[in-house]
Amino acid sequence: MTMMKKLLTTAVASAMMASGAQAAISNDTVKIGYLADMSGTYRDLAGPNGLKAMEMAIADFGGKVNGAKIEVVSADDRNSADVASSTVRRWVENEDVDLVAGLVASSVSIAVSDILEENDKLGIISGSAASSITNEHCTPNHIHYVYDTYPLANGTASAVVKEGGKTWYILTADYAFGHALEGDVSRVVEENGGEVIGTLRHPFPTPDFSSFILQAQASGADVVALANAGADTTNAINTASEFGVTQSGQTLAALLLFLTDVNALGVEAAQGIQLTTGWYWDMNDDTREWSDRFMEETGVRPTMVHAGVYSSTMQYLKAVEATGSDDAQTVRKQMMDTPINDMFATNGQIREDGRMVHDMYLAEVKTPDESENEWDLYKILRTIPADEAYRPLSESKCPLVTSK
Amino acid sequence: MSMIFDVPLAVLSGQLLIGVINGAFYALLSLGLAVIFGLLKIINFAHGAMYMLGAMATVILFDVLGVNYWVALLLAPLLVGVVGVIIEYFLLRRIAGQDHIYSLLLTFGIALLIQGVLTNIYGVSGMRYSMPDLFKGGMNLGFMFLPYYRAWVIVIALLVCFGTWFMIEKTKLGAYLRAGTEDAQLMQGFGINVPLLVSLTYGFGVMLAAFAGVLAAPIYSVTPVMGSHILITVFAVVVIGGMGSIGGAIITGILMGVIEGLTKTFYPPASSAVIFLVMVVVLMFRPAGLFGKEA
Repeated sequence: MTMMKKLLTTAVASAMMASGAQAAISNDTVKIGYLADMSGTYRDLAGPNGLKAMEMAIADFGGKVNGAKIEVVSADDRNSADVASSTVRRWVENEDVDLVAGLVASSVSIAVSDILEENDKLGIISGSAASSITNEHCTPNHIHYVYDTYPLANGTASAVVKEGGKTWYILTADYAFGHALEGDVSRVVEENGGEVIGTLRHPFPTPDFSSFILQAQASGADVVALANAGADTTNAINTASEFGVTQSGQTLAALLLFLTDVNALGVEAAQGIQLTTGWYWDMNDDTREWSDRFMEETGVRPTMVHAGVYSSTMQYLKAVEATGSDDAQTVRKQMMDTPINDMFATNGQIREDGRMVHDMYLAEVKTPDESENEWDLYKILRTIPADEAYRPLSESKCPLVTSK
Repeated sequence: MSMIFDVPLAVLSGQLLIGVINGAFYALLSLGLAVIFGLLKIINFAHGAMYMLGAMATVILFDVLGVNYWVALLLAPLLVGVVGVIIEYFLLRRIAGQDHIYSLLLTFGIALLIQGVLTNIYGVSGMRYSMPDLFKGGMNLGFMFLPYYRAWVIVIALLVCFGTWFMIEKTKLGAYLRAGTEDAQLMQGFGINVPLLVSLTYGFGVMLAAFAGVLAAPIYSVTPVMGSHILITVFAVVVIGGMGSIGGAIITGILMGVIEGLTKTFYPPASSAVIFLVMVVVLMFRPAGLFGKEA
């Protein structure tokens, strides 16, 4: 028994010494792993161009932090939680990666954040949508940066109900993300005095939406809402335009739409659609200046995810510089203590549940007459203040918040 | 209004029509597969990629050269057909007579290669292609709004399907084709250039896929991955119809479109699985497929 106690004490003591030694940058290198869908459905909204955005941030920072070099590795997670888990395990256990960033599919982000917690490394999620990532799935080791399903529903659904869209028909992608979004939207619609008169769960992915659009038309609802993403959303919008959904007096509400989707659709098919976004390239001089540089590198305008990757990488490197450490908890605390003011956010704040809260924007897709070029796509209708947009901490199920 | 299982009759008629339209797509795609398998015994996993190439070629020809829809309807399948002939001549020919699995693996590899390269260049968000002006709008049938373009799709797809069936089953050229694949040596003896016939048949099969791709360009998102989604469904259609049965592929294609359409009405979440369910049931009772000949 005493032997056991002695062993334990030694173990604890050496563990403490080890953590004390971490008040410096390990291996004299800050190593960042960029993990995202590089070849599948979500490639264009983050993907290889997200990696470019990260490299831009590192170059702008000067390529070094406190004399230590900054290294980047990257991998394709193929939207698979399994592939992502084994990659991240290798990175943090054998290759001394300090930060994992990018992270798009919600299932991937949830799996990765568990591994990061186990190994006490940091993750910054820029691409995922599920609001559960900082709710029931929150950990002290990750930050959710750009947006989530809560403000998407809040922004778009409440705006459309207030404009008179009282009855709703929701087309939902039949998997976790779609269900979460459907739930958030139904809640917002009902809170604002509207009514959901029908929902339809379609398989993921669905190449042909004609049958579902026909049913949505037959429902007679004021609003046809799309609780899906990527190719499903663009296909549904195309088909809706072909079958004359908006001409027959119904409003089309896309709940998750990225700039790259709207660009692919074109203003002809997408005009008038309202959507919620965390950022738009053509908002002010700062965003335009950065977007011009991004476009020089990549040939396209950045999505909110690309901008988020840049901003969060900057924020991370500044925290490493200020604390002189790459220890996950030290850096995360520093990031929480520093408000984010850059081309991405004004007074952005990382909360204890890991949610970065910042102003969101209700946008409307321009008409062909208003749009001057293929990337001139949104009119910003309204700024949704941060505290109104995101789930309040008082409603949080995150143990980091509730145990206090 | 009269109701069938809580669904108004008018809505149901609309869904049936949509089913037939989607079925026409399936028919066109599975027809190409059936021609290639029936005559050449090649399991063409590159068929989805050829469909995608047809759609991408339509968009790119328009963007770069300003080629309009009507010209693309001929030109894009021809270009893809040439790609098919090249693939046959340089690759597939080398494994002729081997087990089916070799052609399956080879064509699957080709499909991944084409898809990967195009993804790298064009991304996955989809490319814009606007509907030809002639087809903008639609007509009100009373029970549904039918866009003109969908009406066109069903007419042209069925015409091409039955034309192909007629050519292979009822003409002299078709007879040469069938004989050449049955006994190549004998046909060579009669002075028929069988290797050329084989190349052209493969080229023709992928042209059908590319033709479906052109038809798809104005209504679906044109992306390098569009073919991979539809390929497996189309294979199931061919298996249900009976591998290699030309007429079977056409009829089954339309039938499966209708069954899928009905599922989308009564229980949408199962609509991506229903064709495979039918496949299981058919194979249990008729292992050679609905229209296949027992070996």
